[in-house]
This record gives sequence, structure tokens and C-alpha cells, in this order.
Amino acid sequence: MTASTAGRGLLVRAAVDARGLDAGVRVAPGEVVALLGPNGAGKSTLLAVAAGLLRPDRGRVELDGTVLLRAPAAAAAGEAGAADVPPHRRGTALLAQEPLLFPHLTAAENVAFGVRAAGGGRRAARAAALAWLERAEAAHLADRRPAQLSGGQAQRVAVARALATSPRALLLDEPLAALDVAAAPEVRQLLRRVLATPGSPPTLLVTHDPLDALALADRAVVLEAGRVVEEGPVREVLASPRSAFAARLAGLDLVGGTAEPGGLRTADGSLLAGVLDPACAPGAPAVAVFSPAAVAVHREPPAAGRSSPRVALPVVVAAVEPRGPLVRVRAEAPARGGPALAADVTAASAADLELVPGARVWFAVKAAEVAVHPARRPTGA
Amino acid sequence: MTPRRPGRPDRTDRTDPPGRSRSSGRSGLPAWAFAPAALGAVFVVLPLVAVVARVDWPSFASLVTSQASLAALRLSLLTASASTALCLLLGVPLALVLARCSFPGLRLLRSLVLVPLVLPPVVGGIALLYTFGRQGLLGSSLEVLGLRLAFSTAAVVIAQTFVAMPFLVLSLEGALRARGTRYEQVAATLGAAPSTVLRRVTLPLVLPGLVSGAVLSFARALGEFGATLTFAGSLQGVTRTLPLEVYLQRESDARAAVALSLVLVVVAVVVIVVARGRTTAGDAP
Repeated sequence: MTASTAGRGLLVRAAVDARGLDAGVRVAPGEVVALLGPNGAGKSTLLAVAAGLLRPDRGRVELDGTVLLRAPAAAAAGEAGAADVPPHRRGTALLAQEPLLFPHLTAAENVAFGVRAAGGGRRAARAAALAWLERAEAAHLADRRPAQLSGGQAQRVAVARALATSPRALLLDEPLAALDVAAAPEVRQLLRRVLATPGSPPTLLVTHDPLDALALADRAVVLEAGRVVEEGPVREVLASPRSAFAARLAGLDLVGGTAEPGGLRTADGSLLAGVLDPACAPGAPAVAVFSPAAVAVHREPPAAGRSSPRVALPVVVAAVEPRGPLVRVRAEAPARGGPALAADVTAASAADLELVPGARVWFAVKAAEVAVHPARRPTGA
Repeated sequence: MTPRRPGRPDRTDRTDPPGRSRSSGRSGLPAWAFAPAALGAVFVVLPLVAVVARVDWPSFASLVTSQASLAALRLSLLTASASTALCLLLGVPLALVLARCSFPGLRLLRSLVLVPLVLPPVVGGIALLYTFGRQGLLGSSLEVLGLRLAFSTAAVVIAQTFVAMPFLVLSLEGALRARGTRYEQVAATLGAAPSTVLRRVTLPLVLPGLVSGAVLSFARALGEFGATLTFAGSLQGVTRTLPLEVYLQRESDARAAVALSLVLVVVAVVVIVVARGRTTAGDAP
């Protein structure tokens, strides 16, 4: 194997005419790429092509320099090697919305399944399965049948089952979408931990949730009607979306920094008070998220602490855009090295406050409206 | 955020309301439907009662254990077991191909495979005779190999397999289609080769359908009459199975015919209980 670093990681390029898909994604080793987009955009189809469950009309799948698929096969005339590696020889583990644990096997037998399929002995497979269940905090569920597990428990076992095969690429198809609000954080945290492990495989994550993308992914790729319409670091895509979908999905205010009890320490050292996600560890990379609708705009520094704690950020107005009955005020905080922020105010107050580009104002937001979430990469990265 | 939550709350939430309405609600049927329904049930049950009523209990044991009866019973169990095994050997792969593949002519093939289900068994026997008999399509080739199938115990097994296999294929294909391919796809992405997927995922998941299909095939093989008589004849201990014995005894000793009929009724009831029990249990998870 003399694969260059350029060939390392996962490359999926596929055109499926029947579904109007023609898109490609590259994932570097250890990288997590979030695939965002509306229903029917072709996200899951791209994953199925990567896993070998669907053969595209035209396309190419490469993993660590090995060609897994080259379609149509006729184009392969000049190249050596197989043109379509079957799913079981690809080393691409797929985790879907539903855990799909084999109902006739216990949790431990489910996790051991892939190890045994790879030729592991019964006893070695069981030991490996128990170790993985331990890492997924599901060791106590080892001998239960899938029917005796809650949704979150089953998905944790499914994560352990996917990872126990030591996959060369990980394909996550909305792994949190079918879980209830109580179960999703557990599984999200488990995935965060696993994906942060050094040497973790290149990972493609299909998701609808901007917070999942923030918490789990390095880069975001937005798919619309089968085409890649936007691509970049997750925070950039979510904070200043250029595609219609990302704008609808996100349009959130995001401020990067490190988690601290009571809020977020920004790059310039000031503390942004907020509600800390329990998964945030002090000192770990985090991102404060709030809605532009929660932002109040002031000409003068707002008086501190009247009823509830507030955060005030000095900013310079960059643009004012009408949005239906409201006006979206886009502003920059140059002192902070750049988080672009937005606020939604009524047209009347925009006029009262004389919000024109270049105006120096304060964006104020209640601490209760600021959610601090763990981020995968440190600020500015 | 409690890691250990009992049971599977989402599932019970979903299945509870319809279950409750079914057990206590109105049937919604017109009143007049009950009379023909009752008549239909009586029509099926009454003949069974008639057989039981006619059994000559004091001599039942001796009638069922006469030499001819035992020979027929032994032959029936042997051939029905052999043909069930043959049905599994050929029918399972056939059902897999019909359920999982798509190629031109598949629909036609599926229809043709089910023909023995609706074909009069006598016609099946004639067809087998002109396939495996001395003058048949394959008969002369088999003759060269020293194999004479017609009017042998092997012919009984062939006749039974011919009529019974559609039951297995139908039942298993339905189970395979109902299960879908999602578990199989997951198994493949976990590195399992197709044979491993079949052995460790596909077949265990459709086991209820497989068992009920096999039981139905066994029952159909056990009751086979027309094709057997036409293709295999009626030689005591060689091709005269229980149904043939019953038909023959009816002429000479009606009491023996009734006693043997009861044996077949009991087998049929057991088969239904086993087959239905398995399918309903399999539908639950």
C-alpha cells in the first residue's frame, strides 16, 4: 500500500438518475462530515452508495486509497481491480435511525456478530462484545434481548455493534432522529466520545439537527435536490448560511469559546452567561447558541441585572435586511475576531435605533436564552 | 436521563389502543352475517364429529394396530418425513430466490411454482408418470442408470413433494417479504458474507414461517392420495400410504377405515395447532 495522504480517508461520488442525485463528498481520516439537507435531498442515498447497498448509475467510492466502486464498470477498462466491492468486504459500518438489532440475539450476541463474521472465535467475540458494551455504558444490558431495551439503550448497543467491527469508515444515518428527548443526549454523548478518540475512522453523519452537526462534526456539506450547495466548517455554514436550506435550518447566533461553569469564555476572555449542556466539560471547546429573535438591540450599554442576567455584546452593524414583518440586523464584533451575529427586531425599532451599517450598538440576550453546547473543534479552528 | 428505564414504553403506547378496541368494541358486522357464519362453522365441524361418533372404541386399538394398518402408518410417516425434507431442501432456496431476486420471468415462475396447489392431484400424478415413468420425459434416461421410480416408495415421496412444496414456498416467501431486507443489509455492513447472513440472520428471522410451512407441507404429504395412487400405485408396505389404506378398507372393513380416519383427523388437528401457534407467536415481536 503506497496510498498517498491525498488518497486517505473516504471519497463518495455518485449520480443516481432516478433520484436526481449527483454529488460527492470527501472525508479525511479522523474527520467527521455532517451531511445536511432537506428530506429527499439524497443524503441517505449517498450513504447507501458508500456502504455498497445501492449501485449508482455513475460514481466512485474510495476508502484509504482502495477503489470500492467504479461505475459504470465499462469505465474501469484502463484500471485494475474490482469495480464493485460487496458491502461485507468494504469495512463501512452503517448506523441507521432505528437500531435494527437482530431480534433473535441478545445485546452481547448482536455486538459479537460482526467480530464472529470476521472470523473471531465465539469466546473472543464475546469478550470483545462485552468490552464494547462497557465503552457504550451498556454492559449491564449484555444478556437482554432487543425487545427488552428502551430506544436509547438499543441505539447505544447498535453503536457498540457498529464499532466492534473496527470499521474503516463510519456511516451514521440520522442516528439520533428516532430517539426521544431523554435518550438522544446519552447517545449523542457516546458518539462524541467515540468520534473524538484518536484514530477514529472517517465519518459521514446525516442529520437534520444543527446542534448534532455542531457537537459531532468538523465540516458540514449541505445537499439540496441532489447537489452539494454549500460546504465548509460547521460553524461557518450554520452561522452564515449561503444556501436556502442551511439558512432555514440554522440562522442561529453562534459564539465559540470554552465551556466554563455558568457559561462560555470567549476568545477575548469575556464570559458569556448561558445554560450549560450537561455534556460540557469545563475548559473544553464549546459554542454558545441563541436565536436572533432573542436578541435585543440597544444604542447604549444596557443596565446590568434588572430581572434576569443578561449578556451584552458590543457590535458594529454590517447589514440590515427586511424579513417579513421583522428586520434582521447583521452585525460583527471585530474585537472578538469575528463571530457574525444577527438580531431580529421590528421595523419600527430598527428605525428608532437608527440601525444603519457602521452603527455601533449592543446586542443583549438573556442568559436563559443562551445554550452552551460542546463543540467538536476549538474556536477559530 | 435515567439509563435504566423499564420495558419499551414507545411500543406499548402504540399498540395499546387498537388492542383495547378490538377486545371490547362492536364488531361492526351486519346481524344477518352471523347465521351463515354459524352454518359455515357447523359445516366444517359436523363431519369431524360424525367420524368420532362412528369410531368403534372397543376394537379401536386392534383396528389401528393390524398388520396392514401399521404398515400403512409406518410408510406414511416415512414418506411424509422424506418429502418434507425434500421440500425444505428445494423449497427454501426457491422461496429465497422468489422473494429476494428480480429477473425477467420471475412472476411467471412464481405462478408456475404454485400450480400444484390448485392442480387436481390425479392430474399431478399423470404429469409425474409422463416425467419419471418408463415412457416419460426423464424415465428412459433414468432407466439407463438402473433407476425405476414409478410404483416404488420413491415415487410416493416424489408425488408428495410435488403437491406439498408450494405450501412451504408460499409460507416462507410471505415471511421473507414481510421481514424485508433491512436486517440483512445491516448484517452485510457488519462484514457478514451472504452465507453467514442467510444462516445467522435471514433464516432465524423467518423461522416461524419456515416451521409453519414445513408443518403444512408435512400435513399435505401425509394426506396425499390422488397423485400417489396414479403415479405410485397401491402396494402394501411399498406405496400404500394411510389415505390409500383408508380408501381400500372402506370397501372391506368400514370400522377399520373409520379408526384410521380418526388417526388422520388427530394428526391434522395437531398440525393446525402447531402451525397456527408458531405463526401467531412469530408475529408478536
